[in-house]
Amino acid sequence: MKTLLVGECREGKFLETNYELFGFAAKLGADTAMVLVGREDDLPSYGGKVYLAEVGKYGEYNPDAHKKLVLAAVEQEKPDYVVFAHTSYGWDLAPRVAAALKAGQLSEVVTVVEGGFELPSCNSKMRRTVKPQGSPAVLTLQGGAFAAQKPGGTPQLQKLEVEAAQSTAFVGYEPAVEKGVDLAKAEVIVSAGRGIGKQENVPVIAALAKALGGELGASRPVVDGGWVAHGHQVGTTGQTVSPKLYIACGISGAIQHLAGMKKSGFIVAINKDKDAPIGEVADVLVVADVMQFVPALTAKLAK
Amino acid sequence: MKILVCIKQVPDMESRFKPDSAGVWFSDTDLAFRMNEYDEYAVEQAVRLKEQLGGEPELTVISIGPDRVVEALKKALAMGCDRGVQVQDPAAHLKDPWQIASMIAAYAKGENFDLIFTGLQSQDRGSAQVGVSLAELLGFSCVTTIVGFEFADGQVTVKRELEGGIKGVVKLCTPALVTCQLGLNVPRYPTLPNIMKAKKKEILTVSVGDLLHEEPRTVTASFHPPAKRGSGVVLEGDIAAQVDQLLVILRDKTTVLR
Repeated sequence: MKTLLVGECREGKFLETNYELFGFAAKLGADTAMVLVGREDDLPSYGGKVYLAEVGKYGEYNPDAHKKLVLAAVEQEKPDYVVFAHTSYGWDLAPRVAAALKAGQLSEVVTVVEGGFELPSCNSKMRRTVKPQGSPAVLTLQGGAFAAQKPGGTPQLQKLEVEAAQSTAFVGYEPAVEKGVDLAKAEVIVSAGRGIGKQENVPVIAALAKALGGELGASRPVVDGGWVAHGHQVGTTGQTVSPKLYIACGISGAIQHLAGMKKSGFIVAINKDKDAPIGEVADVLVVADVMQFVPALTAKLAK
Repeated sequence: MKILVCIKQVPDMESRFKPDSAGVWFSDTDLAFRMNEYDEYAVEQAVRLKEQLGGEPELTVISIGPDRVVEALKKALAMGCDRGVQVQDPAAHLKDPWQIASMIAAYAKGENFDLIFTGLQSQDRGSAQVGVSLAELLGFSCVTTIVGFEFADGQVTVKRELEGGIKGVVKLCTPALVTCQLGLNVPRYPTLPNIMKAKKKEILTVSVGDLLHEEPRTVTASFHPPAKRGSGVVLEGDIAAQVDQLLVILRDKTTVLR
């Protein structure tokens, strides 16, 4: 079995998360090759074949060219699986490659099972086992689902060049909004999620944070809705935190949020939905209405 | 200008999901359905563009599924879309993302749309494929995961959301398709007069047989709960008792309580 791994380069750097692709290939026991739009002076620690196209020439976001480059590598390697990370790069490019190959695509693979691959569904509350029809198949892997593995060595390079008309033009990167609150230093973080119901309830969550000597955190919908400033956001597009105690109030536990807080020392989740995916990482799941439970807890702490 | 918005109707994600009799998707019984959240951002952005252009663009909204999806179409019409298209398919859940994209493409081919808005992904299936595949089938330029959208002089400029909160600014020419992410806008609530007006708007019905000419490229073998649930303690019942139990655990397992 053979996998073609599609690496990603961001702001000129080979991303460490690319090594999760090697971890996945090892789990399948598959042969590997990598295709990368990157730089010759920043190559993966890997002794196998790397199809390299210069990022200086093709750019980091240029889906027309990247699609053709991946297809050129597919043509030479004839892999069973073309594997991407399920990132902004992977989910943007994978369907374009799949369409060109007339291949089936499985998105956000979390594990390999008998007869197929498991994918999350219904906000991660459920799973589907899905099989691609025919070969090759295109896969994107959920971040963190497969342990990173560094094969080591120096790649055998094969340079790739293609001609591609460009239907999009990348203008530039815009930096992330300033952090404001440095949540990384907090020992306790109490975070508000959509389950608190309305903006007027934010002070109730902030009061618990204060009672515990901690900081207020927030999930993405709460920040996007303008209930809490962006500086408090925990997750992939906010801050990554690991306090001694993390209390998630009315947060269902989208993968992007979990990625930002699952390394916390102790996790308490308060949610009225017993099946909410936050339960997968919680040390304690309190099944309750967050707006009833939190004031009761704060009052007890004040005594 | 002609604009298409693609929407899906999905269950409320706080529901309890049970496999259907075939064991490949959820059973519809006892579920409340609504418009997929990401598609609401798509509808809102299309309506804002129509407003920016003085009402000139014609906004079509399309959905594939059983008759209940008409409710989602009506909401989009009440938000400001002009006409709806229901691709009548009681077995839409058995189609893979490629087939869904191919059906929309088959409809869109003769319509000469300039712009297509879709959600980034559906909340229930989450493949994030349909929008991009549709763009590939139609030969449209395409950018995913947008959190910013501007239209000026026939050119679209979007901001793509990337990991770590940085954004990529991208320009694209029409015809174009964009997939919309949380944070792009705050969708409006339809007002009562607009809900009344929407009742008079046309909803065209197309049969699935007219549009479906592709075989599935992936097949679902089963739908089930995750094998490993969390290993944590679950506290249920009376609030006061839950508070006491939690404090005992926190004093035992953490050092943060003084």
